[in-house]
Amino acid sequence: MTAWKTFVRSKIFWPVMALVALVAANTIKTTHFLNIRVQDGHLFGALIDILRNSSPLLLVALGMTLVIATRGIDLSVGAVVAISGAVACSFIASSPNPGAVVTVLTAVAIAVLLSLVLGAWNGFLVSVVGIQPIIATLVLMTAGRGIAMLITGGQITTINSPAYKQIGSGFWLGVPLAVLIAGGVFAIVATLTRRTALGMLIESVGINPLASRLAGVQSRTIIWTVYALAGVFAGIAGLMISSNVMAADANNAGLFIELDAILAVVIGGTSLAGGKFSLSGTLVGVLVIQTLTLTVTILGIPPAVTPLFKAIVVIAVCLMQSPVVRTKLGSRRRVPVMAPVPAEVVS
Amino acid sequence: MTTPTPVVEMRGISIEFPGVKALQEVDFTLHPGEIHALMGENGAGKSTLIKALTGVYAIDSGRIVIDGVERMFADPAASQAAGISTVYQEVNVCGNLTVAENIMLGREPRWGGAIDWRATRSAAAMHLAALNLDIDPRSSLSAHSLAIQQLVAICRAMVVDARVLILDEPTSSLDAGEVQQLFTVMRGLRDDGVAILFVSHFLEQVYEVSDRITVLRNGQLLGEYATSELPRLDLVSKMIGKSLAVLEELEEAPKRSVAALASTVPYLQAIGLGRRGAVEAFDLDLYAGEVVGIAGLLGSGRTELARLLSGADRADVGQVRMGDTLVHLRTPRAALARKIAYSSEDRKSEGVVGDLTVRENIMLGLQAERGWTRRIPAKRADEIVRQYVAALDIRPPNPDMPARNLSGGNQQKVLLARWLATAPKLLVLDEPTRGIDVGTKAEIQRLVAELAQKGMSVVFISSELEEVLRVSHRIAVMRDHQKIAEIVNDDDVGIDDIVELIASGGRDS
Repeated sequence: MTAWKTFVRSKIFWPVMALVALVAANTIKTTHFLNIRVQDGHLFGALIDILRNSSPLLLVALGMTLVIATRGIDLSVGAVVAISGAVACSFIASSPNPGAVVTVLTAVAIAVLLSLVLGAWNGFLVSVVGIQPIIATLVLMTAGRGIAMLITGGQITTINSPAYKQIGSGFWLGVPLAVLIAGGVFAIVATLTRRTALGMLIESVGINPLASRLAGVQSRTIIWTVYALAGVFAGIAGLMISSNVMAADANNAGLFIELDAILAVVIGGTSLAGGKFSLSGTLVGVLVIQTLTLTVTILGIPPAVTPLFKAIVVIAVCLMQSPVVRTKLGSRRRVPVMAPVPAEVVS
Repeated sequence: MTTPTPVVEMRGISIEFPGVKALQEVDFTLHPGEIHALMGENGAGKSTLIKALTGVYAIDSGRIVIDGVERMFADPAASQAAGISTVYQEVNVCGNLTVAENIMLGREPRWGGAIDWRATRSAAAMHLAALNLDIDPRSSLSAHSLAIQQLVAICRAMVVDARVLILDEPTSSLDAGEVQQLFTVMRGLRDDGVAILFVSHFLEQVYEVSDRITVLRNGQLLGEYATSELPRLDLVSKMIGKSLAVLEELEEAPKRSVAALASTVPYLQAIGLGRRGAVEAFDLDLYAGEVVGIAGLLGSGRTELARLLSGADRADVGQVRMGDTLVHLRTPRAALARKIAYSSEDRKSEGVVGDLTVRENIMLGLQAERGWTRRIPAKRADEIVRQYVAALDIRPPNPDMPARNLSGGNQQKVLLARWLATAPKLLVLDEPTRGIDVGTKAEIQRLVAELAQKGMSVVFISSELEEVLRVSHRIAVMRDHQKIAEIVNDDDVGIDDIVELIASGGRDS
C-alpha cells in the first residue's frame, strides 16, 4: 500500500497514467490493439510497432536527459541525426559492395565517430569556451543540415544494402533489432549513471555548479562527456532512421526530433532547470509521445488537427505534474521547503 | 511598552512536517511599537513560526489573530495585504535595477498603462526620506554595500504601510557601523508604532535593540521575557537547554595547545602571494597543528586570501611552497589533491548542493576526488556518513533527506563533514559559524581546536574577533586588501589590540 502511495506521489505517476489511458483508448477502438502475434518467428503487433518507432527518439532523449541534468540543452541532435545518416548512406552508396557486412560496419563506425566529434564540439563550446548551451548547440543545429547537404550533394541518397536495412527493420530472436539497440543503450546509460558516481556528479553540477567546483568536481569533463554522449546517441538514432527508409534525406531526417526529445524529458519529470534526472521517466515520456502518434491514426483523427490533439494530451500530463495544480487538487500537502522566495517582501 | 491590544496574537500554533514536529503549541504575541526578538537554536522553529505567520506554511492547529480578528492567510500575499512585511536573511533584491526601481518594484505609479518613472523616483525618495536614509534613488543598487541593500529591502517592505515588520537575520552580513545604521532605522520605525519581529544570532545586538524576547527550543515555547529582566547566560542556557556549568565548559574547551607547535617546518608557505584587485601580495606560513585566525572587517580581503590558499581563485603573483616543492594551486581540485579543503563563507551558493541528500553532500568531495568511475562502495559511504552525522550531531540524523531541508547550522555541519571526509591536512574555514546558534558555534570552535590538536593545520576566518581570539594560535590581521600584521595570540592579546591594529593600519608593528 505504501509502495503504491509513493508511486502515486512520484513524478512518473501521471505520465504512466497517460500511457495507460492512451493504450486503453486504442484497445477500445480496435480490440486487437494489445495482440502480439508471431509471424515468421518475428513478433508483430501495434505494441511492437510503438516500441520500434520509439527507438530513435529514446536514444536522442537519453542523451538529452543527461545534458538537461547539467543545466544544458542540445538543439543540434536533429542535425546530427541527419549528418550521421548522410555519412553512412553516402559511404555505402559509393562503396563497390554495398551489401557486405564489412561495408555496413565501417559505415556505422564512421557515422558514430563523426557524431562523437560533433557532440564533443558542442561540449567544447559549452564547457571550455563558456557559450550558453542553447546558443552553442544552435550553431550546429543550423550548420548541421548544411553539412549533411554537403555530404549527400544536395540529393536524397538512396541505397540498397540488406545488411544496413537490418538496423532499422531487422529482427533478432524475434525482437526488432532497433528495440534491442535502444534498450541496450538505455541499460548502459542507466548502469553508467547509477552504478558509478557519474549520475550524482552530473546532478551536483546541474544543481550547484559553484559548490561542485569547490568540492573538486571536474565539471568541465562531465559537461563535455554528456554532450559527447548526446552526439553519439543521436548518431545511432540517425542510422536507424535512415535504415528505416534506406535513404539519407539531409533536409528532413530527424527534423524537430530535438523538440520531441526535450518534451519526452520534461514529461518524464526531469526539470529543465537541471539537477535530478530520471531515465525511466524519459522512457515513459518517449512511449507517451509515440503512442500518441499511433493513437491519432487509430482514432481516425484528421491529420490537419493532429498537432492540436498531441498538444492537448501533453499539456494535460504537464498540468498534472505541476506542483501548483497538484496542491489545488485535493491532497493539501505542504512542501516543507519552498522554492526561493522571489523578493524580499513576501509577495 | 505593553499596549493593551496586540497587533499579532498567535495561540497554540502546531505545524508538523513528515517526521518532524516543527512547532508544538507555540504562543506568540507582538505589540505595536516594540522590537521583539525571537530567539532559539537552529531548527528551534523560528523560521517556521515566521512562515506560519506570513502564510507560507499552513498551520495544523491553533489560531492567528491580527488586530483582534482571527485570520488564516492562504499565501504570503494575503499576509502582506494585512500589513505584515518580511525581509529575509539573504538580501533578495535586484542588483541590476536602480534603488528606486527596487523600492517600488511591482507598485510603480502608472500613467495610463505605462510606468511613470518620475513619480516612481519621487515616491521612492519619499519612502527613503521617511526612514532618514540618504541614498540616491537613481543609483544602481549593486553599486551599494550589502548594508545599504539591506536598508533598501526594508524600505521596500515599508512601502505597503506595514504595521508588522519581520527581519530575519538582517545583520548577519553587516559590519558594526552598518548594524548601527540599521538599528537607527529600526528604532525610528518602532517609535512610529510599527511592531518589529527581529531574529538574530548576535546576543549583543538582541540586547541592544530589542524590548522583549520570546525563546523557542525544539519547536516548543520556553517563554516570553522583557529583555531587561533576562540575563544573557539565562537566555543562552534556555536556548540550548544546557546548564550553565556545561556552557562554561564549552566556552573553555577550545583552549590553545601551543605544545602542538613543535614542528619547525611550515606545512604550507605562501610567499608574496597575491591577486590583482582582490588581495595584495602577502607572506603566510601555516604549520601543522596550528590554527591561524584571519581578522579584519568585511571586505578587507579575508575571503580573497582564503581563496588563493585553496585554489578557488588563481594567484597572479607569488608562489606556494609545501615542504621543498613549489605547488600550483590552479583549481580547488588541485588544492584538494594536495589535501587542502576550503569551506566557503557562502553556504547557499558555494557550499550545499540543495537537492542532493545529506549523504550525497557529505560524500561529494571524496567522490569527486576519486573521479566518477570509482564509486565509493555503498557500505563504506554509509559508514563514513554515519560516523560524521553522529560526530557532528547533524539533525535530523536522516542521511536521505535533501540537504536544503536542513537548518543553516546543520547544513554547515554537513559541509564540515564533506571536507573532513576528504581527510585534509589544511582546512580553510571561511565564516564557519555565520548565522549559527551559540551551542553549535561552541561545538564548531571545539572541533577546530581538536582537529588542530590532532595535527591539522587550520585557517579560521570570522567576523567576530572574539571567536578568532578564542580559537587561534596566531592571527593575521587584514585591512584594505592587505595583510597588515601577524601576531602570536598569547594571553596578553585582546580584542582591543586587534581593533587598534585595524584602525592604525598596523604601521607600528
